[in-house]
Amino acid sequence: MKRSIWQLPRFRRASLSVVARNFLVWRKLLGPAIVLNFGEPVIYLLGLGIGLGALVGDIGGLPYLVFLASGIVASSAMVSVSFEGMYSVYTRMVPQKTFDAIMATPLDIDDIVLGETIWAALKGLLSAVAILLVAALLGAVPGGTGAMWALPVVFLLGLTFAGPAIVMAAIADNYDFFNYYFVLVVTPMFMLSGVFFPLETLPEWMQTAVLVLPLTHAIEVIRPLIVGEPVEHLAAHLAVLAGFALAAYYLAVALVRRRLWD
Amino acid sequence: MSSMITRLDRRRSELPGAGMAVRARGLVKCFGSLRAVDGVDFDIPVGRCFGFLGPNGAGKTTTLKMLMGLADFDDGALSVLDFSLPDQSREIRRLVGLVPQADNLDPDFTVRENLFMYARFFGLARAQVAARVDELLAFADLTHKADARVDQLSGGMQRRLTIARALVNDPDIVVLDEPTTGLDPQMRHVIWGRLSELRARGVTLVLTTHYMEEAERLCDELVVMDHGRILDQGSPAELVRRHVEPDVIELRGPVSDGVFATLSSMCLRAERHGTAVYVYTSAPAPILEFLEEAEELTVIHRRAGLEDVFLHLTGRELRE
Repeated sequence: MKRSIWQLPRFRRASLSVVARNFLVWRKLLGPAIVLNFGEPVIYLLGLGIGLGALVGDIGGLPYLVFLASGIVASSAMVSVSFEGMYSVYTRMVPQKTFDAIMATPLDIDDIVLGETIWAALKGLLSAVAILLVAALLGAVPGGTGAMWALPVVFLLGLTFAGPAIVMAAIADNYDFFNYYFVLVVTPMFMLSGVFFPLETLPEWMQTAVLVLPLTHAIEVIRPLIVGEPVEHLAAHLAVLAGFALAAYYLAVALVRRRLWD
Repeated sequence: MSSMITRLDRRRSELPGAGMAVRARGLVKCFGSLRAVDGVDFDIPVGRCFGFLGPNGAGKTTTLKMLMGLADFDDGALSVLDFSLPDQSREIRRLVGLVPQADNLDPDFTVRENLFMYARFFGLARAQVAARVDELLAFADLTHKADARVDQLSGGMQRRLTIARALVNDPDIVVLDEPTTGLDPQMRHVIWGRLSELRARGVTLVLTTHYMEEAERLCDELVVMDHGRILDQGSPAELVRRHVEPDVIELRGPVSDGVFATLSSMCLRAERHGTAVYVYTSAPAPILEFLEEAEELTVIHRRAGLEDVFLHLTGRELRE
């Protein structure tokens, strides 16, 4: 009679109705969303890429703006997914009780968490597309249309980061709790995964250590695609991302069940 | 016009045998060491309005959550529309509508969008439910607010929208957890009217309440619960007949011990609670005659009701 929170989640099409719900709400708040998605990368790329780039010159044979843009495509997707998975999911799960309402329909928590995961990844994808467009306008996408291949990888990266963010939402008592995750997880990854400088500048032991960070693997694939170079160890990088994504989704489902099941 | 709501084209549950919408046997639910539901049995017949009456913490809400498949149970057997829980909870939720205790409407959507979105969670496409959504808006007197945002609605309107939302999948059973708590008397009467309409249309209603008037008006049958157990079960009239004398004389004001002793000797039962005295009797005339001299007392003579049954069964101490 007791359900186990650890029973394997099932993937069902019904989860797409959760994606649709979030999309319809997002569409109503399109203005601020667009400002955030396009405004921020323009400022980053102009400020750091052009300003700092003038001092730095080339990095790894790439103009700094190109190097930076290809890293920010990935990191900004991570940040955007993390915000959605924590603040927005928490809002729907706890104060707004949207999940409670959905649980009274034929949808299960598996479906809700899968829908939220896909939706968060889509928001990450959107911010990546915005940056790629801005970067292209600034002439910082040497890979041309081939850079589009980075987008499916960004989506996978989004799935990877949605899980841990939803885990945090599932165990949070309030919004302040998310500071831990940002300071302990998001910011170190932002700084150490090769967004701003090449991994080779790190001491050797750190170069090995940062391989546990999923963002490192995402950037190792995304950067060459945007720059128009061959990708090394493609399958291994994608496997790491997919492995993280599946494990985190499973944990997220279990912890949301623990929170919402009586 | 509000009595015409398009039925959805779907397979209806067929109920062989006793025609029970819900069957519970030996149901137990524990929270740690607390037995929130402590071995309850009940049958809810199809098409009736069935109430769970009890003080806060009696186990009413937990029981409703279990029959929606939203809470596990530790022991016993539970089936809804011949689907058994917990394994067939999805099938059950497809055929049941829930009006939760606290409204959880989607604040980012308008009134109409709330209904369409909820239908979508049941796998019902817009075109399939368009007519039904309009009719539900009319049923809930919200047609004029169809395009308003939820946070622009009054509490009573939100409640009506929550009820309309629970009907969007054309349910066989509607489960309502304290449907009128916090509403003003006018709104409560409106909602009672709507619920009666639903029942007349053959929808099984299952509700919890701690309003006696609500239980008396709506319920064909009810159980009185306390501390996770069912104390008694029956129609409101049966319960009154079984547990209390038909007449109650309520006295407010200073009742001396001497007068109280005399009253006690004249009736079947007299109780003192705070500053009031309650005299339960089947022969009120001599008592009223005796009380004519007590001019300093306010005397209220009334028929016994569910409230007397409730207090008799669950006691008068505070629940906190």
